[in-house]
Amino acid sequence: MALKLPIYMDNHATTPCDPRVFEAMRPYFTEIFGNAASRNHAFGWAAEEAVDHARKQIAELIGATAKEIIFTSGATESDNLAIKGVADMYYEKGDHIITVVTEHKAVLDTCKKLEKRGFKVTYLPVGSDGLITPDDVKNAITDKTILVSVMMANNEIGVIQPIAEIGKVCKERGVLFHTDATQALGKVPFNVNALNVDLASFSAHKIYGPKGVGGLYVRRKNPRVMLVPMIDGGGHERGMRSGTLNITGIVGLGKACELATQEMQEENQRLFSLRERLRTGIMDELPDVYINGHATERLAGNLNISFAYVEGESLLMGINDIAVSSGSACTSASLEPSYVLKALGVGEELAHSSIRFGLGRFNTVEEVDYTIGRVNEAVNRLRELSPLWEMVQEGVDLSKVQWAGEH
Amino acid sequence: MAYSEKVVDHYNNPRNVGSLDKKAANVGTGLVGAPECGDVMKLQIQVNPETHVIEDAKFKTFGCGSAIASSSLATEWLKGKSVDEALQIKNTEIVKELNLPPVKIHCSVLAEDAIKAAVRDFQTKQTEGDVKLEEAVVGA
Repeated sequence: MALKLPIYMDNHATTPCDPRVFEAMRPYFTEIFGNAASRNHAFGWAAEEAVDHARKQIAELIGATAKEIIFTSGATESDNLAIKGVADMYYEKGDHIITVVTEHKAVLDTCKKLEKRGFKVTYLPVGSDGLITPDDVKNAITDKTILVSVMMANNEIGVIQPIAEIGKVCKERGVLFHTDATQALGKVPFNVNALNVDLASFSAHKIYGPKGVGGLYVRRKNPRVMLVPMIDGGGHERGMRSGTLNITGIVGLGKACELATQEMQEENQRLFSLRERLRTGIMDELPDVYINGHATERLAGNLNISFAYVEGESLLMGINDIAVSSGSACTSASLEPSYVLKALGVGEELAHSSIRFGLGRFNTVEEVDYTIGRVNEAVNRLRELSPLWEMVQEGVDLSKVQWAGEH
Repeated sequence: MAYSEKVVDHYNNPRNVGSLDKKAANVGTGLVGAPECGDVMKLQIQVNPETHVIEDAKFKTFGCGSAIASSSLATEWLKGKSVDEALQIKNTEIVKELNLPPVKIHCSVLAEDAIKAAVRDFQTKQTEGDVKLEEAVVGA
């Protein structure tokens, strides 16, 4: 197969819609366009049937029942609804929330907002591998704790937290447990009962579905979780999220979950071998390259590495026919390097030098081989251009240099 | 973020990459920035001790494309200028020439700092050892 450029290798940011998902959605734009809340005619019934089917497809993937799925606009909304919804519902029980410093901003900024309203939030630090332990959670729980929120797989470094054990700790202490499963869903086995999860956020566009639709799993039994809605209106989705259902999006999310249920295991093996090919292709060739995050407890398609003495954005520019992302400050609006890498204790210098490769369903061996060649060539060229590389070759210890500028 | 054509050109074909002998009396070296800030520039000038004209300039930069382009452009501008003229180069001129967006202005500031640091290093060497410089030049 001929190589088509540019190559998309940023599948943690978003994924292309699978053509099978798109085909499933197609009739729902113009033919089956009814409002699922229209209970009195065939158009509404057809739409409702489609939504019910999607709910079952999602429930099957995560081991839930169909009624426990609440549709939202995406994982950011789901995170907001889970955390604010629990805080508002259970504030009389307690005012303490536990989360982790490496969470997605949808969780962190939601928690910060709650802090302004008087809630107390514990942000657990992570180890140098990006992981927390169940004991970290256990030790942080107080009688005021109403919610623990820990993401399953990290969006930058792909590390997978010990969710089942954390869930067990929460269950023992009677604390609700939310997980942001956006990156994990469809990539690793995810069963809400095996993991002792009470709430789980997810999004369609990370699993080869459309953008603008996602969901929140809300446990109905043992315990029955209640949420105060953020959006009021027609009382859709058991009153937790009003608004006419996005039928096309929901059908797409359902189909994407069905495909994940069927293909996840095989796909994971393929992604893992591609990832290892990419990793060894780069690391066997280049010195001073470091993996960020735990070596094995990570998503099969994730490779986050730092190329010492080369700045990330300049590397992106050197491989501009390959779409990846960097933890370099220069690529972020805030001009701060990745807070996730900083939380791991990765030096800021190496955070600036990091690249995240996100392999996905449509990446090929040819693309990986091409990427290896391009990356190695660009890193070598940029190191020739790098005063830091030169100094290190001359035997200078960079940590002992008195740097002049503060920019 | 899209880069200007000039930035891309300097990135793909950086001018005057390399190093001069930093111990030479007629070479001034400026090393500015810090690795944890994501930018380090090393800019060197080789100056004719009699005319004080910059005969050669070299750079190496750890930083984004705009930082590489800013320092590459600086070396181009430095060659043929007198040391005094070099000190007149303003970061705003670099911004204009490379069409740098506001978030990349710090790259041009760093390049201006690097020029000033290189000139200062050269001047310090001059005052510290006029005699030694003569010897070095004769020796070369």
